[in-house]
Amino acid sequence: MAEIMSNIQVSPGVFRIKISGKYEGRIGQFYMLRGSRIDPLLSRPLSIFDLKDHYIEFLYQVVGEGTHLFASLKRGDSLNLVGPLGNGFPDIEGRTALVGGGIGIAPLYFAAKQLRDTDIYLGFREEACLVTDFNSISSNVRIKVGGSILDEVVFEDYDHILVCGPTGMLKAAKQKQVEQDYHGNVYVSVENKMACGIGACLVCSVKGPEGTKRACVEGPVFLAKEVDLDD
Amino acid sequence: MINLSGSIAGVHFKNPLVMASGTFGFGKEYAQYYDISVLGGIAGKGLTLHPKSGNEGLRVFETPSGMLNSVGLENPGIKHFLENEAGFWEGLDLARIVNLGGDHIDEYIEGALLINQDSRIREAKGLKAVDIIELNISCPNVKEGGLAYGIKTEKAREVVREVRAVTSIPLVIKLSPNAEDLVSMAVMCEEEGADGVSLINTISAMKIDVYKRKSVFRNLYAGLSGPAIKPIALRMVHQVASRVNIPVIGVGGITSATDVIEFIMAGASLVQIGTYNFVNIHAGEELLSGITEFMNNEGIQTLDEIRGII
Ligand SMILES: Cc1cc2nc3c(=O)[nH]c(=O)nc-3n(C[C@H](O)[C@H](O)[C@H](O)COP(=O)(O)OP(=O)(O)OC[C@H]3O[C@@H](n4cnc5c(N)ncnc54)[C@H](O)[C@@H]3O)c2cc1C
Ligand SMILES: Cc1cc2nc3c(=O)[nH]c(=O)nc-3n(C[C@H](O)[C@H](O)[C@H](O)COP(=O)(O)O)c2cc1C
Repeated sequence: MAEIMSNIQVSPGVFRIKISGKYEGRIGQFYMLRGSRIDPLLSRPLSIFDLKDHYIEFLYQVVGEGTHLFASLKRGDSLNLVGPLGNGFPDIEGRTALVGGGIGIAPLYFAAKQLRDTDIYLGFREEACLVTDFNSISSNVRIKVGGSILDEVVFEDYDHILVCGPTGMLKAAKQKQVEQDYHGNVYVSVENKMACGIGACLVCSVKGPEGTKRACVEGPVFLAKEVDLDD
Repeated sequence: MINLSGSIAGVHFKNPLVMASGTFGFGKEYAQYYDISVLGGIAGKGLTLHPKSGNEGLRVFETPSGMLNSVGLENPGIKHFLENEAGFWEGLDLARIVNLGGDHIDEYIEGALLINQDSRIREAKGLKAVDIIELNISCPNVKEGGLAYGIKTEKAREVVREVRAVTSIPLVIKLSPNAEDLVSMAVMCEEEGADGVSLINTISAMKIDVYKRKSVFRNLYAGLSGPAIKPIALRMVHQVASRVNIPVIGVGGITSATDVIEFIMAGASLVQIGTYNFVNIHAGEELLSGITEFMNNEGIQTLDEIRGII
């Protein structure tokens, strides 16, 4: 069990939670979190938002029972977490576009702090959030509210494109790569429902041309061309 | 001194905790988190003769105190297991159970033959990787319209008899709660020479997306597991245990030491832990200390003192 240092609403329905302790993790990796013994039953996967030597932070959107319960937690309450899990983004060099849609911006903050030579593209449906935080770590942040942030990204300008957001956005990025015959790497971080989070139960499998892969171990970050994305 | 040990057909279990098939991989994943040799045993991911890529579409849906799964027996096939995973099992100091599935009777038989043959080869080198075969008869009978073997006693009898005939490895039959007559199914297993029965597998269940107006699962139905099914599993174990003389392994919804004790009191020799592994990554070791503490507090020396007392 780990102690919560703070749990603050940063925009409507979006919370930033800080948990005390010494944690590890690479860009794009995630933790399984839970605040209940049994109900809700499964732990919830959340990406690393930020990490320092004495705490870890997550950014989450309240969508259902589990995240609702997280939002009710206060400073001094405790949570259970297991991680870091998943492969994370590979070590990359070269010009990189970090593209996030909605709550998909969560892993990009940690990424932007560690990668050099990046441009950040953040898309929101209604209201932007954490703009100041992103601006404080990078001078190349583009924000779009409404419409598709992917349209703003000129793929050819980059060696790598990392996309994190709703499945529709991942699909669009995959399609854009094909249409534009883009030869750089398009990475997507998939959000499949998970149970064990460590590769034992096979409920989060992703299909692709090379067979099935576990989103929680071989993913959640895949080359777009490696995976079939369906809703 | 508290003694938690038990046995099935001469196979020793240091305690009644066995990890359930499909929820524990082949043990490697959880071994990163605790020393799995503290467990009584593990049942590996269900294997079929040929590799299976599993079901398309969504495979999991959380329900109140439970979950639905539609993995569809994704597995690398028996050969791959024997060549790549069984080596890890050789080194484990616990009871190792291979869970065997199949789409038709010939697959079950051929699968059992492969495992049997492999065991002989290992034995000649003084090695062992498999202690028990657990036959999963909940698989759909593809040849006869997809109805699971585990529904009708006489259909299941054919599978149990044929597999029993081709292997000398201790054989446990994993029963489906969807069986027409679960007690007659268990009695049949005993008649056909099975060394034990394990129950229950997941309960056939459903979830509808009312906005899309269709089942969330491509296969329509999925299997319900977790605490929601425990009271049903317990009743079924009680009914079966009072009618057969072979050991019964109780499975379904266990999440605490007292849940384990309930199954033992209902007549189970051993128990299996499935979904709880997803909830608590240290489930095995924590349940073990919980049981020990319970027995200490209650002044119980061996599980025999409380087994089947209800
Ligand atoms: C690798 C990974 C990283 C993620 N990182 C973040 C993050 O940083 N911030 C954030 O807000 N969200 C993130 N998500 C999504 C987040 O896990 C879900 O929003 C959350 O599990 C919803 O739980 P709930 O109880 O509120 O919703 P409910 O709909 O009540 O949940 C029911 C079940 O469905 C699962 N589920 C529902 N939505 C999703 C989803 N989008 N992805 C995966 N499982 C889902 C839940 O885990 C639970 O098992 C991530 C998902 C994955 C797979
Ligand atoms: C994701 C998942 C996969 C499973 N795979 C198998 C399997 O391959 N073979 C089998 O006999 N049972 C399988 N089961 C059933 C479990 O072994 C167990 O019988 C059932 O889940 C009830 O126990 P529980 O409530 O403790 O999970 C699976 C269950 C789950 C949740």
